[in-house]
Amino acid sequence: MIKNAIAALIIQMADDELILGHRNSEWTGLGPIMEEDIAFSSMAQDKIGHAWALYRILQEQLNGEDPDQFAFMRAEKDFKCCHLVEMPIGTYDFSLMRHFLFDHAEAIRYDCLQQSSFEPLQQLSKKLKGELKYHTLHADAWILQLCKAGGESYERMQAALEQCFPLAAGIFEPSADEQALIDAGIYPGERELHERWLNSIYPVLVKASLNMPDPAGVKPQYGGRSGKHTPHLQALLQEMGEVFRLDPSARW
Amino acid sequence: MTAENTIANVYNALEQVMDPEIPVLNVLDLGMITDVAVHDNTVQIKMIPTFAACPAVSFIQQQIREIVGRETSLPVEVSIDKDVHWHSNRLSDTAKEKLRNFGIAAPQIHEGELHAEIMLNTPCPHCSSKNTYLRSPFGSTLCRAIHYCKDCGMVFEQFKPVQ
Repeated sequence: MIKNAIAALIIQMADDELILGHRNSEWTGLGPIMEEDIAFSSMAQDKIGHAWALYRILQEQLNGEDPDQFAFMRAEKDFKCCHLVEMPIGTYDFSLMRHFLFDHAEAIRYDCLQQSSFEPLQQLSKKLKGELKYHTLHADAWILQLCKAGGESYERMQAALEQCFPLAAGIFEPSADEQALIDAGIYPGERELHERWLNSIYPVLVKASLNMPDPAGVKPQYGGRSGKHTPHLQALLQEMGEVFRLDPSARW
Repeated sequence: MTAENTIANVYNALEQVMDPEIPVLNVLDLGMITDVAVHDNTVQIKMIPTFAACPAVSFIQQQIREIVGRETSLPVEVSIDKDVHWHSNRLSDTAKEKLRNFGIAAPQIHEGELHAEIMLNTPCPHCSSKNTYLRSPFGSTLCRAIHYCKDCGMVFEQFKPVQ
């Protein structure tokens, strides 16, 4: 029972990483400046690596499938990513704001998992936390720089924040098994993570003079964790698995 | 051959296993090897990747098996050590010297928690000036950041500190 709940949690986390990793990789060759092209490509590599490490835990500890098969051959409804990561890259301000909101949430999650009673997650979180420092460092620096530039730059960041905020709240969609995971000391639960996330992004938003929407007045965009997705996911999966599905048994 | 001799041979062989992304550093320089043992005439080596998403891990494992196998004439098992996680303080002093000579700045020593400030004023590997700034925490490989030296006008890479 608890094993199923742990597996469900890992699938959500891994799917978020895989899909956002794929989205980030769509900036390769298109970044507004070379450093940002490289940064989004590197973060894509990190995220897909993190997804692989999580799928690997599923395979080794929880009777899961081969990570590649699991990543590329599942139906859309079996993906449990949140809507935030599914959205197309849009303009750079949207992608940057998504990266800022998601990576702070991710850093908080792995920080909490360092105390997890499930050893494989606890060990992995120690490793990933150090790497994620660079993601939040990158996001914070650009948010501050673009907001301090004023004018259109500031206005676009504020608009991107308002667009992303309900989507980002959807990261913390509650699940039926959550209480069991909290009781077993696997992780502190989505509500707690949401609180800690707000405390983590708020000081950066204040420094950037951005107005955070009132969380109480925001309707989080839920559905992803139960397999209900935006139309964007199916198109992404189609493209992401196209080569793999030509010959799923090929060895790379 | 005694077990001690074999283990000494394994370490000698590991010095020849280079990082494909930074070919002046071997796996011992990088602090990637956590244990070497010989059981039932089989060499057992435990290693840790530098970055979770490092694409070179399986290549490095294969290189270890090949080179250590050739030098010891014994079967070699390489496994990932999940009890230890890699951080940049594991780089030896020799490794840092080799990095600088290769044109890449070495990671600063950190004490547990890593703060963004540690990346400021990284000494330039070309002119040693500290009048530098961080241009991007991401570079041509996952383990590198990009800096700019205001004195010699060179863009340079750094093996970034990781906690």
